[in-house]
Amino acid sequence: MTIPEDLLYTKDHEWVNIDADKATMGITDFAQNSLGDITFIDLPKIGIQVKQSEWCATVESVKAASDVYAPLSGEVLKVNTELSSHPEMVNKSAYEAGWFAVIKIADLTEKNKLMNFLQYKEYIESLSK
Amino acid sequence: MNYIPHTETEKKEMLKAIGVASIDDLFKCIPGGLRPKSFNIPEGKSEFEVIEYLKLLSCKNAINLTNFVGGGFYDHYIPQAVDALAGCAEFYTAYTPYQPECSQGWLQAIYEYQTVICELTGLDVSNASLYDGGTALYEAAMMAIRLTGRRKIIVDSGVSLIYRTMLYAYTSNLSIEFVETPVAHGQSCREDIYKHLDDKTAAVIVQNPNFFGAVDDFSDIAQRVHKCGALAIASVYPVSLGMLKSPGEMGIDIATGEGQSMGIPLSFGGPYLGFIAVKKEHMRQLPGRIAGATVDKDNQRGFVLTLQAREQHIRRERATSNICSNEALCALRALIYSSLLGKAGFRELAGLNFQKAEFAKAALDKVSGVKVKRSAPTFNEFTVCLPKNADEVVYRMINKGFACGFPLGRFYRGLDNYLLVAVTEKRTKEEIMQFASSLEAALCS
Amino acid sequence: MQLIFEKSRAGRKGFALPEIDVPITGALPEKYCRKTQANLPEVSELDVVRHFSNLSRLNFSVDTNFYPLGSCTMKYNPKFTEKVAAMEGFSGLHPLLPQLLGGGMLAQGSLEVLYNMERLLSEITGMSAFTTQPLAGAHGELTGVMLIAAYHKHNGERRKHIIIPDSSHGTNPASASIAGYDVVVIPTDKEGFLDMRSYKQALNRETAAVMLTCPDTLGLFNPKIKEIADLAHAVGALMYYDGANLNAILGKCRPGDIGFDVIHLNLHKTFATPHGGGGPGAGPVGVCEKLVDFLPISRVVRRTDGTFALDYHKHKSIGYIAPFYGNFGVILKAYAYILALGKSGLIEVSENAVLSANYCLARLKDYYALAYGKSCMHECVLSAARQLEQGVHALDIAKYLIDKGFHPPTIYFPLIVKEAMMIEPTETESKETLDAFIEAMIEAASLSKTNPEALRLAPLSMPVKRLDETRAARVPDLRWQPK
Repeated sequence: MTIPEDLLYTKDHEWVNIDADKATMGITDFAQNSLGDITFIDLPKIGIQVKQSEWCATVESVKAASDVYAPLSGEVLKVNTELSSHPEMVNKSAYEAGWFAVIKIADLTEKNKLMNFLQYKEYIESLSK
Repeated sequence: MNYIPHTETEKKEMLKAIGVASIDDLFKCIPGGLRPKSFNIPEGKSEFEVIEYLKLLSCKNAINLTNFVGGGFYDHYIPQAVDALAGCAEFYTAYTPYQPECSQGWLQAIYEYQTVICELTGLDVSNASLYDGGTALYEAAMMAIRLTGRRKIIVDSGVSLIYRTMLYAYTSNLSIEFVETPVAHGQSCREDIYKHLDDKTAAVIVQNPNFFGAVDDFSDIAQRVHKCGALAIASVYPVSLGMLKSPGEMGIDIATGEGQSMGIPLSFGGPYLGFIAVKKEHMRQLPGRIAGATVDKDNQRGFVLTLQAREQHIRRERATSNICSNEALCALRALIYSSLLGKAGFRELAGLNFQKAEFAKAALDKVSGVKVKRSAPTFNEFTVCLPKNADEVVYRMINKGFACGFPLGRFYRGLDNYLLVAVTEKRTKEEIMQFASSLEAALCS
Repeated sequence: MQLIFEKSRAGRKGFALPEIDVPITGALPEKYCRKTQANLPEVSELDVVRHFSNLSRLNFSVDTNFYPLGSCTMKYNPKFTEKVAAMEGFSGLHPLLPQLLGGGMLAQGSLEVLYNMERLLSEITGMSAFTTQPLAGAHGELTGVMLIAAYHKHNGERRKHIIIPDSSHGTNPASASIAGYDVVVIPTDKEGFLDMRSYKQALNRETAAVMLTCPDTLGLFNPKIKEIADLAHAVGALMYYDGANLNAILGKCRPGDIGFDVIHLNLHKTFATPHGGGGPGAGPVGVCEKLVDFLPISRVVRRTDGTFALDYHKHKSIGYIAPFYGNFGVILKAYAYILALGKSGLIEVSENAVLSANYCLARLKDYYALAYGKSCMHECVLSAARQLEQGVHALDIAKYLIDKGFHPPTIYFPLIVKEAMMIEPTETESKETLDAFIEAMIEAASLSKTNPEALRLAPLSMPVKRLDETRAARVPDLRWQPK
C-alpha cells in the first residue's frame, strides 16, 4: 500500500495535490485496492462547482458503485478523459496516470480538514483493526 | 393437490434432524396474537376440475369477432414454432441468469434479442426488456431527465393516451413539467413543439405511427431538439419497422415501444414486452438487465449480465430504475418470431399490413357517409369519420360479428364520430369486404 | 454456440406469409421508408428450432435442476396452468374490447378471473382490496409507494422519507426513491432484526411509510413486528409489506392483521407461475380500507345482476400504472394454482417450505457460519466466512455447486451478511434432493480446507468456464455486429 508523502488525504480515501490555486485529485491506493477491478468512472463535468466532502465522481466495479467526494471546494478545470477508455489506470496507477480531476481551489483554508500522509497511514491502520 | 413430495415418515425424520417435535414448533416465532383472523379460502380441486371450470369461464369471452381493433395492440399471426420453443421448460422455468455458467442459453438469447431490437430501431444499445410500451416510455423520459439535468418534457398528443396517462401518473410527485402539443393534419405539429422547445427542455416525445395511425418522419424534429441540448424520444411499433424509417435513421436518441406484435398473444393486456434502444453514449443510463459478450478463462466466448452497477441490487436508492423482474420470456418470443420471419419476411409482413390497410381504406371510403382521413399516410391503422357516434356504430357492429375498431371519442374530446381501424395480415380480402358491407348496413339501420 | 445471426445464409427463409389477396393500391412515400433493412437472421424453421432447443439446454431450470435461489421461491410450476393460460378464449382476447360500448359483455370470463383473484388475494393476506395491475414485484412496490404518496397528499401532508432496513431488497429503496421520497436506512441489530433504537429515532411526522419484508431477507420473523407497525401508525406513517417472502406464512399470519396498510405479492414466487428467465412476473397490490379509493384505474366491479364491469370513475385514483389489467396470463396461472391447492394446500405450502429450510439449516450449521438466529422461516442465510479463512469465497462454493448439478443459492445478499449464501429450498423439493444438495454443500466446506483450488477452478462441467465480468463491463459488447 503506497501513501505518497507529498499529498493530502480525506477519510473517504481521496488524495489531493495542491499546486498554488489548483488541486489535482484522485482516489488512493487503499481505495482502488478495496474496490477491486474498476470498470467505469463517472467524472464531473468541466466547469461545475464542487464542494468539499460532496459528490464529485462515481467509481464502478463489477458488483459495486462508490461515490468519490471532492477533497476541496472549487470549479472543475480539467478531468482525466483517458479514464473513460482506460478505467484500469486507477488500479494500476492511482496517484499518477489515474488522477481524476483538477479543481480551482475556492478556499485554501479547507485544507486544514485534510490529513497528511502520516495521519492517513494511521487512519488506514485503525480501519483494519 | 399441493405438489409437496414429503411423506409423513420423511417429515418426522426432518423434524428430528431439526430438533423440534412438530411443524407447529417452527412457527412459534409468530406471536400468538398475530394468527390469521380468517383464512376463508375454498378447499382445493383436482387439476381436471380446475381446467373444466376455467374452460367455462374462457367461453364467456368473445373471441369469435373479426378483429379490426388495434390501438397499439395487434392481432398478428403467431407461428407455431414460437409457442413450441418458448415452451421449452429450460427456458421458462429458469430465473434471471445470475449465474452465467449455467445460464448461457438465456444470456445468449438476451444478447440476440438486444441485437434484434438494435437492428429494428437502428440504434446502438438495448436491454433485456421492460414491462410494456408504456413503462418503457416512462423509463425513457426519466433517462432524458437524468442525462440533461432538465425537467421539462414536450409530449406530442399523437402519443397513445394510455402511455401519456401512465407517464403522468408515475411522475406526479416529481415536479416534472409536461407540455402537450397538438396533432395537426394527422401529424405532429412542428410549430407548437418548437414554440415550447427551450433550454429547459429535457426531451420531446413522439410516436410513429401515432395513435391515429399516421406515419411521420421526425428527422426535422430530432435536429431541432438536439440544437436545444434536449433528447428526442420515439415510441414505435415494431412490425411497422419492416417498412418505416427507423428511429436511428431519424436521429432519435431513445426508441421505445410495445413488442406484443412480435409473437406475443393479446392475452387481455399482458404479459407484453417493453423494449428500449438508445444511442451508445446514453448506455450507462439504461434501466434494467443487459447481457454482454465476454470470454471465459480459456478465452472462449460466453455471455454475462453486465453494467450491473446501474441496477437496484447494487445501487439501491440511486439506481437508474427499480426494475428487477422483466419480460424475458416475451423477449424470447420476439426473438424467435424475428428469427423465423427473418430479414425478408419482416419486410414482407410490413408490406402485407400496409397493402391490406390501403385496401380497407378504399373499401370503407365507398360506404356512404364514411370518410377515411387521408391528411397523412398511414401504416396498418387509420382513422375514419362516421356519420354518427362511433360508440353506437361499434356496438351495432359487434352484433354483426365485428370488433370494427376503436372509437376515438373514448380517448380524445370532440372525436365522437371517429373510428380507429387496424388491419393486420390476418384479415382477408373477404373479411374486409364484409366489414364494409356490414358497416353500410349498420349505418342505415 | 454460434449466434442465430452467425447461422444466417442470404436468401434462406423460416416462415411463409399468406400470399397477398388484395390489389396493390399504392406505396408509402419514400421519405417515410427506411433506407437500410434490419439485419435479421436468414434461417430455416429447422435452423430456428434447433438453435433455440439447443440454447435451452444450456440453462439450469426448475424442471431440470434443484434451484434454491434465496428470495426467489423457485418452486415447481404445475404444467396444467400453462394449458389454462393458452386457452384461446383467454389468450386471444383484445384488451380494448371491454372499453367499447357494451364491450364488458365480451370479456366476462376474464373479468371474473380478475375479480375472483382480487377477492382471494385479499383473503389470503387480510387486506381490504387488491389491484392485479402491477406487472412485477418492483412495479408493485412503485404502485404501493404512489398509493402512499396519494394518501398523504389527500390528507394535506407532504411527507419526505421512507424508512427501509439495510437488509432490504434493492428494489425497496429504488422504488421509494423514483417515486420521489428520500430513503432513511435503518441498521440491523445483533439478532438480525430492525434496530429499534435507530428506528424510533428516524420515525417522525415526515415519515411517509416504513417498508418491510416479513419474514425478512434473513429468513427471520420479527417478533416486534406489531410494535413496529403501531409506532409507525402513531406518527401517521403507513406500513408497506414486501410480499417476496409470503411463501413462509400462508395461513399462518396475514399482513393485514398485523397492521400493514399496503402490500405487494409476487405471483411468480408464492403462486408458482414460471419465472421465464427473468419474467414475466405479476405484482398485485393490496391495501387496507383507507387506501382503496386511491387504487389505480380501472377497477373490476361486480354488478347486482352478477355480471362484471370496469369502473374508471375513481377521482382519487393514482391513475394508470399499466396499459390494462395487469399481466393477465400470469394472473390466470396463479388463479388456477390457488384453486387447485385450496385452503389446506396453501397452508401446507408454508409448513413444508419452512420445514425444508430448517432442515437444510440444521444439517449445514456445523459446516457453515450462521448469519443470525438458530432457526428460520422459508429460507436460511449461511455465511462462507469460515471458508474465507482458506481463501474460499461464497462465489467459489456457488460455482462448485453448479458442477454438482445444483443451481447455487443467492449469494452476497443480504448485503449486510459477509459472504452470504441464502438458501430457499421451497416445499416442492423432495428430501432426497435436499440431502444431495446438503451433501454437496458439506463437500464444498471440506474441500475448502483440503483443496481450495478445486473450488476456485469450478465450474468445469459447463459449456463455459468462469467468465471475465470485468472485461464485459469495461469493454461492453452488447449486440452482434454484421461484419
